[in-house]
Amino acid sequence: MTTTPIMPRNEPVLAVNELTIPLPPRADRPYAVENASFQVDQGETVCLLGESGSGKSMIASAIMGLLPSGLRPSVGSIKLDGRELVGLGESALRGLRGLSMAMVFQEPMTALNPVVTCGEQIDEMLRQHVRMSADARFQAILPMMARVNLPDPERLYRSYPHQLSGGQRQRIVIAIALVLKPALLICDEPTTALDVTTQADVLKLIRELQAENGTAVLFITHDFGVVADIADRVVVLRLGHVVEAGRKEDVLRRPQHPYTRSLMAAVPTLNPKARPTRADAATLLSATDVSKSFVRGQWPARKTTVTAVKQVSLSVAVGETVGIVGESGSGKSTFARCVARLAEPSGGTIVVNSRNITYLKARQLVPVRHDVQVIFQDPYRSLNPRQTVGASIVEGPLNFGVSADIAWQRAEELMRLVRLQPDALRRYPNEFSGGQRQRIAIARALACQPRLIIADEPVSALDVSVQAQILQLLEDIQSQTGVGILFITHDLRVASQLCDRIVVMRNGQVVEQGTTLEVFGSPKEDYTRRLFAAAPGQGFAFGGDLPSENVEVVA
Amino acid sequence: MTEATIETLAAASPEACALRRRSISARLFSNWSVRISGLVLLVLVLMAIFAPWLGTLDPTAIDPSISNALPGTHADFTTLDGNVIPHWFLMGTDSLGRDIWSRTLYGGRVSIVVGLSVAVFAVTLGVALGLMAGYFKWLDSIVMRIMDGVMAIPGILLAVTLIALFGGTLTSVVIAIALPEVPRVARLVRSLVLSIREEPYVEAAVALATPTWKILVRHVLPNSFAPLIIQATYVCASSILVEAILSFLGIGLPADLPSWGNVMAEGRSQFNQFPHNVLFPGIFLALTVLAVNMLGDGLRDTLDPKFNKRGE
Repeated sequence: MTTTPIMPRNEPVLAVNELTIPLPPRADRPYAVENASFQVDQGETVCLLGESGSGKSMIASAIMGLLPSGLRPSVGSIKLDGRELVGLGESALRGLRGLSMAMVFQEPMTALNPVVTCGEQIDEMLRQHVRMSADARFQAILPMMARVNLPDPERLYRSYPHQLSGGQRQRIVIAIALVLKPALLICDEPTTALDVTTQADVLKLIRELQAENGTAVLFITHDFGVVADIADRVVVLRLGHVVEAGRKEDVLRRPQHPYTRSLMAAVPTLNPKARPTRADAATLLSATDVSKSFVRGQWPARKTTVTAVKQVSLSVAVGETVGIVGESGSGKSTFARCVARLAEPSGGTIVVNSRNITYLKARQLVPVRHDVQVIFQDPYRSLNPRQTVGASIVEGPLNFGVSADIAWQRAEELMRLVRLQPDALRRYPNEFSGGQRQRIAIARALACQPRLIIADEPVSALDVSVQAQILQLLEDIQSQTGVGILFITHDLRVASQLCDRIVVMRNGQVVEQGTTLEVFGSPKEDYTRRLFAAAPGQGFAFGGDLPSENVEVVA
Repeated sequence: MTEATIETLAAASPEACALRRRSISARLFSNWSVRISGLVLLVLVLMAIFAPWLGTLDPTAIDPSISNALPGTHADFTTLDGNVIPHWFLMGTDSLGRDIWSRTLYGGRVSIVVGLSVAVFAVTLGVALGLMAGYFKWLDSIVMRIMDGVMAIPGILLAVTLIALFGGTLTSVVIAIALPEVPRVARLVRSLVLSIREEPYVEAAVALATPTWKILVRHVLPNSFAPLIIQATYVCASSILVEAILSFLGIGLPADLPSWGNVMAEGRSQFNQFPHNVLFPGIFLALTVLAVNMLGDGLRDTLDPKFNKRGE
């Protein structure tokens, strides 16, 4: 076993020097990564920060020797412990992976093999690289599993990945990566798929293990909050170029490059924005004791009932934005689907515009659909790829009997409203970026002239700079049309900026609700407090909290 | 933060995206199996269409005086009316003195018509049943159990029974070959619908109060086209084979209609002495089926996203 002893060294664990990775001729830019240089020292965490398409994952793949076929660095060097990795053969690289460098991926479910037990997957790493008896390996794995804070290691050793929660799976992946104590750990967005409280635990774990083993960590993320929590140094990437690099305190407190500043300005702050109060607005939506349960299993198997939403009550007034905040499995999306009548509630009453819509049949729902529209999370899947943008937008109005001429005319106006060119109507969704698609989805919802928009995580799949534009757009539209918005999100920062009132949900129930200022300022419930404490990046200024001279330079 | 900065930060412009994603037709044409199989099929179809002008005789005309001529023989063909036509028998003649070249080209017409109409018939019926079963949960188990039942009967056996019942006309042969294929298409469509109906764009259409039939026709069906076209090519290839098998067994098309299976069936008894009777239609049959299957593979490689990365 050639594990790295923990002793101070002079040379960096990882040194990337003027790395350039060209893209194939048909790509949208000539280089995935151009002239990137940085280094990671022992016991240090360096964050590669960038939006989608910045080349940050490409750098990680290049280090691990996992670049897609056809791509290889043309210039530059990658040195791990002084050993050149560029041009190294596959078998030599395989010997290094796991032993000298290891990787933690974004989605733990796909990183693990679903038909092999978790313990065996850790064991595989040992079998590949070291000569140990089966018993000795088992004795080495159990403490490792305990170390990554997995409860009952002996049971989990024999469990399959699907029997574990997302956080536990990610701990298994971390255990696999660290069981041989590699000198370098690469984490590619390891907490993006996790809930905020789980994320906080996993970040803490990575820090602890790093301190124990002196591991050098290269941490790839798009999230400024995570950077603020875990980084020692930050490298900001944009379209394959390093635009800024330095110590975390310097980059986050005194960003030099305009791009870094604009990104930081786009991150919503955790301090709620003061919003005008609407005391006498009419109630648009009032949901009382709404429940939704699913019956699982068909005859002859036994039926089980799963309750996803338990007696949730809330209301939305004209021109008001109500945020539902909760972690995955809290029932927030199911509740939204019930309100939009995409799912049938099992109990309670839903009144929209003083009409009870709880148990209406499909045909009776048509006028309701006119009033209630939905914006979905994933802009890549919410538009029919085989339909032009225009056809998607006029579909609603045509269903409600608007003449084709008027519908298309209105579609053009909507394109301008969401700041796209009217000729976008003739194109197909795959010609647009994620942010542009989400604008199209918003235009489609607005085409029906709804009174209530249900936005289910509409900005979660978008980069921060795009996210800021979409949130601004929603706010503008609301002030122009007085539409009520039911905003579902897991992101407290987004909720704090957009919502008048906040409803915190957990396990299908409402934990706490009140105005945004109340809930953020003085949360009453224990869970709400824990949720807020887990939000990454506290103690650093973002968005509206930034000192004004930073923002001015951008403009 | 100003609009200008935001716009420059946003991802690549639509023009750049359009350039990056080449159109489907361009991608299809760059695929070698699509190019080769397309060319072969085009030549075969043209040969079948223009058969009368490609040095052929009446494929059913007989002249016992020149029976079993070897390929390449130059001889005079005497029709029953007494007309004498000097002819080059490129592929020889069969035991009744019929020109194999003519019979093979005209037989190609039958095979192509059978292949296409079976594919259209089976896909149409399969799509209708699959859409219903996939979208309406209450219909699912009824339709799919019937499909399972049809699948449990061997395809050839079912075809033989149907032809025995309704006689060996072109229509009944097409229906007899198509029916066993219907459950396969229906199963494929149903599984596609089951995943597509959960897509957010279908939910969005529901939220827009789009009627169910419109959702099926506008949103679900167009998004299952790629795997469907691929399946159709396999149905087409197998139906050309099944028609040849049925005709070879003497239970397919009537003997006076030249099809590759019929021609081969008639050459069977003399195969040892005169293999050309079986060989030439056999080559055409193999070539056609190979080309159609290759086309299917090429389509799958280009249209199916799972295979998209291969060979790029």
